[in-house]
Formats: sequence, structure tokens, C-alpha cells
Amino acid sequence: MARRVGAEGSFAVAEAVRLADVDVVAAYPITPQTHIVERLSEMVASGELDANYIYVESEHSAISACLGAAAVGARTFTSTAGQGLELMHEVLYLTSSMRLPVVMAVADRALSGPLNVWGDHSDAMAVRDTGWIQYVAENAQEAHDLTLCAFRIGEDPQVLFPVMVHMDGFHVSHVVEPYFMFEKGELGDFLPPPKYPYPLDPNRPVTMGAFAPPAVYAECRKAQDTAIKETYGTIVKVWEEFGRRFGRQYKPVETYKTEDADTILVAIGSFNQMASVAVDNLRAGGRKVGLVRIRLWRPFPVQAFREAVQAAKNVIVFERSMTYGGTTGPVCTEVKSALYGTLHQPRVMNFIGGLGGRDMSPRQFEAMFDRAREIAEKNLEIGYETIGVRG
Amino acid sequence: MNTTTATYTATLQKLREAGEVFMPGHRACIGCGEVLAMRQVFKTLGRDTIVACATGCMEIISSPFPTTNWDIPWIHALFENTAAVAAGIESGLGAMKRKGRGPAQEVTVVAMGGDGSTFDIGLQALSGALERGHNFIYVCFDNEGYMNTGIQRSSATPYGATTTTSPHGKNSIGQTTQKKDMPLIALAHHIPYVATATPAHPTDLARKVRKARDIKGPAFLHVFSPCPTGWGTDADLAIELCRLAVETGVFPLGECVYGKYELTKYVKELRPIRDYLRLQRRFRHLPDDIIDQIQDNVREHYEVVKRKCGIIGSAAD
Repeated sequence: MARRVGAEGSFAVAEAVRLADVDVVAAYPITPQTHIVERLSEMVASGELDANYIYVESEHSAISACLGAAAVGARTFTSTAGQGLELMHEVLYLTSSMRLPVVMAVADRALSGPLNVWGDHSDAMAVRDTGWIQYVAENAQEAHDLTLCAFRIGEDPQVLFPVMVHMDGFHVSHVVEPYFMFEKGELGDFLPPPKYPYPLDPNRPVTMGAFAPPAVYAECRKAQDTAIKETYGTIVKVWEEFGRRFGRQYKPVETYKTEDADTILVAIGSFNQMASVAVDNLRAGGRKVGLVRIRLWRPFPVQAFREAVQAAKNVIVFERSMTYGGTTGPVCTEVKSALYGTLHQPRVMNFIGGLGGRDMSPRQFEAMFDRAREIAEKNLEIGYETIGVRG
Repeated sequence: MNTTTATYTATLQKLREAGEVFMPGHRACIGCGEVLAMRQVFKTLGRDTIVACATGCMEIISSPFPTTNWDIPWIHALFENTAAVAAGIESGLGAMKRKGRGPAQEVTVVAMGGDGSTFDIGLQALSGALERGHNFIYVCFDNEGYMNTGIQRSSATPYGATTTTSPHGKNSIGQTTQKKDMPLIALAHHIPYVATATPAHPTDLARKVRKARDIKGPAFLHVFSPCPTGWGTDADLAIELCRLAVETGVFPLGECVYGKYELTKYVKELRPIRDYLRLQRRFRHLPDDIIDQIQDNVREHYEVVKRKCGIIGSAAD
């Protein structure tokens, strides 16, 4: 039976990687991801995990080595954060376009400058268009479960895409929480050994990474876009199977007290747990408010999202990154785009906060609902507002 | 027939008989020395080989989708990460073998790149892979510049050469820096095998490729690869230029096995550097005093190499 343990989110990830019996880990240390790779190094050193750990000299090489290992059919894991994810950037496109199911945990972190090692979503949003499946774990339990699911999803012959499992730097990676840790054998056949269909193998030679002239490049891009959209069904199917087998159900869009809500807060990541407290407090005062948590970021669950907010008059999008000089933050841009042109057009408001590790209290989320009511009543036009920021 | 000739003939016979793994129909320029060298390397290694190839001439000429010249598993990712990709391939194969998956036979993992991807942009990834001791061969096909993008200078471009980004003019002699000593940089990682080779010395090249394959750990091969397009030479001169580079001392042919240096083709009397330079448009602007200076540098460097190989002055003659 699963054991209830108290551990950091980082350890929950490392344990999942051990259970997945990965063949290759290639990673470079960067705060706040380090505890994941330290734990994995220990496991390899002690023999708990039979993997080749490649102690690379940069994140660029970390993901490149994962790409090479995945290309011969090895089950492959890496982990990074912030600047590390940015250094990987160009290789991320290659990994997805070559359809290599690498799994990466990202302890999301702010981007320099100024230098800041604490959590926000700047790094995740900056790699939004790299063609990876991206989803979010809000606590240690989710980090454990969803890392395991990532191997199953990515390696599914109907998918064959790399998967990024995001978790907030420090708030998830470093917080010690109780969670149910799987025991070896308990997973049954949920995660069979990897069987990549087109590996580099001298017995059946393939050419990977050929260049595409204009006559075929556009078709490659279109095929990749179609393919990642089609992963949606498998992602949902795997999460449903996980729920049936192990009792914890994950969905692309999660809702909390939204049934009769006139105002819905939309957010991504661990701060949702704070936002749910704010929803409870406001509900106690008679306000009809609810929370929508986006778990699956790519492919974006357009239909599920529309359904989740369809009854609301007001939609508040809270997010932890900026697009300098843009119309709104990247999550709000996505939300507006998903709702534009639908019959139901709620008023969408955007608040940006929690940047570079700055905490957000339930009171601040309540204040967001108050401000949203004011904006709605006075019919104000805002692009976005920052929360808890001086000046 | 003396022994050397017999060996030479036998090796060439073997090379002729070995099946092709780099198939016909590539799109390299007429007279390309690099593609000759590459074919020899992979013909020697045979089918149980996986290749990670850097962006560059050899990638572009062999893999326009949906065609390929490669009849062995081949992967191209980026310009600067080839050594890291190869490291992943080697580690992945190793781990899978322990767990009873992947190809059953011994597989040689090769990373290959030009001088740009080796001397410049991929040096960090290469250094990491050499330091970690992966069992792989890194082959640098050195044509002394960024030829694929239109003949720009790299840190492998020799002093005085004119390129599109080191043009000679009133205020410049052309390339103003000395060529980076890449084999020595590889050797600084204390790897078991480093060798230099050219496609004009096919038996020497084949022997070194086999040695690189058979020695456990990283091996670095530096292969001189004349580029008629970039160097401004006649298209039938690639082999001649390789011979001249060796005979003038510009490109010493040698190897270093577990720290022991050897000149595999020792040239007692170096030919004058002018014999080599005069065939190439990239050096045609050089005045006599600069050529003399290059001559001095080449001789000095050859003496350094000789000393490393235990050949001191005339004692070895």
C-alpha cells in the first residue's frame, strides 16, 4: 500500500522518477530544482535507481543528452528551473519536433534580471511555444502522481511528446508536506517499460533531424500542431485511469465552488490553494464566487475551460508572469482568446502578482474579488493591474 | 612489394570491399575534401554505428527531408550540442543494455562536426563529454571556417587567410589570429586517444578510426578537410592539399595514445610553405614578409610536435 510520508515536493518527484525506473538522468544544478537532482544522485549512488546519471556541464547539454538518450529509446528524465529552462530553450523545440518523450520537472522560477531564484511563472510562459505538453502540480502529492503520469502520457504511441511537469519553485519544491508515496509493485502495469517505436538502432536505421526546405517545413509544423492537440484525449484518459486505480483524479481544468458563481478566479499553480481559502471566506459572507484551476497548459484545454467559466459574469485571471508591453499577462491572453467569439462573453480582468517569490495572502485574493466587483460596477476598462507591488 | 605497400594495398582492398553506409547522391560541392574524409571514416566503422551530426555542411548536404544519404542511424539536433547528444546516446544504450533492451550488438557512437561546431560553439559540450569519459568518438572535420554559411572565419581559420568576415584590406592582413590547437585542448582532458588524419592518407585514417573505436573511453579525431569553395582552389586539389599540408608541416599527422605522442608520418625535411599557400586564393594577397613569418611559425610548431614525440633535432634522422 502507498505509504503516507512527509517530504518536500522535490523528493516526491525524485521518488516518482525512481518508480518509473528511468534509464538516463541528465541534469545540472539550479535553485530551486536542486533537491530533485541531489536525491536522484543519491539513489543512483546507492543503487536504489538503476540509471546512468550524466553530470552535464550545463542545462543546454542536460536536455541535449536527454534528447540523445530518448532517441535510442531510453526512458529519460531531467529537471531544471528559471535560467536553466531558458538555456535549454532551443533544444526544447527539437525534443518536441522529434517526438521524443523526455520528462522534465520544472521548479518554476523567476527570470533575471534582476537575479532572483524564487518562484514565479516567467520561465514556464517563456517556453510555452516549444511544443511540449505542459501541466502543473500544485503540491507534493500532485508532483508525485503527475510525474509518474508524465512518463505514461509522453510514451503513449498516440502521443510521443515530451512532458514538462511544472511546480512552483520553493512553494512546492521545498515545502515539506504529507503525501501518499507509491511502493514499488503497487503501480502494477500502469507504467510498462518504454518501447519507443522509432529508435536509433543499427538493425533498423533511421535518419532523425533532417532539415526541411520551404516545400515541407510548413507541413511539419502543421503536423506537429495537429499531433499535440490530439494528445488531449490520451492525457484525460491516463488521468482517468490513474483516478480509477489509485483514487486521485486529475483534470485539465479543475473547478472549486463554481456551480452558481457569478465571479470566477482563474489561476495556475500552488497559489490556488490560497485562492480557495479566499473563496471560502467570501462564500461565508454570501458572495457567489468560485475558482478555476488550469492544470493543463499545453495543449490548452479550450473546451473544458469554456465550460468551466460559462455561467460566470466576471472572470478574474491571476497570474505570476508578465509580457512587457503586452495587452495582458500570457495566461489572460490565452483566456480571452479562448472566450472571444463564444456566445457567452464574461468580463475578463487580469491581475499580476506573486512575482519573484513574493507571497500572496488569502486577503489579497479577497481584495482581487473586491476590485473586480468595483471594475464591473463602474464599468472600468483595465488591461491588467499588479497586486501587492509598490510604486 | 614491400611490407608498407602490402599493408596499404590490403587496407585499400578492405575499404573497397566494405559496404557503403554513406550512400550516393549527396549535395556537397565539387571536389569537397570533407565528404571524402567522412565517407572513409564511416566506411571503416561499418554498420554498427550511430552518428550524431552537428549542423553544418555535412548535415545539409546529406539530409534534405524527405531524402537521406545515411544507411546507418543518424541524428542531427543543433550546431553546438552534438557531443552532449552523443553522450546521451551512449548512456542510453548502456543503461538499456543492462536492463535487456536496445540493440544486442556493440554499437560505436560517433559525434561529428565541423571546426565551427567543434572549436567554437560546441566546445563547452565537447569538453563536458570528454571530461565525463563517455565511450564515443568525436570526429572534427576541419575545413578552417564557416563554409556552410558562406565562408566566415572561425577560430580554426589559419593566420592570414581571407574570409568573408576576415577580409584582407588596407588595415588587415585577413585572419589576424592563430589557429586554435584543438587536439591539445582535447588532450588536456586526459582522454585515451587523440589523432590527426586526412582523406589523402586513407590507410592511416582507417587505422586511427579503428583504434578510436577499440579504445574504451573518449577518442578525438581531427580530420583535415580541404574546401575548394572556401579556400579558392581548383576542384581537383583536395587530395594534393592534404598531402601538402602534411609535407609542409601545416597539419602534422600524428596520434597520442594514453599520453604517448607519435608522428605517424614524420616529415624529415618540410617542404616550403609557399608550395601549399600558392594554390589557394585565400592566401594570395599575403606579402612575402608575412609568408616568411608563417613559414617560421609552422617550422617552430613542427619542432614542438617533434619534441613531444621524442624526435629531437637530427638525432632521429
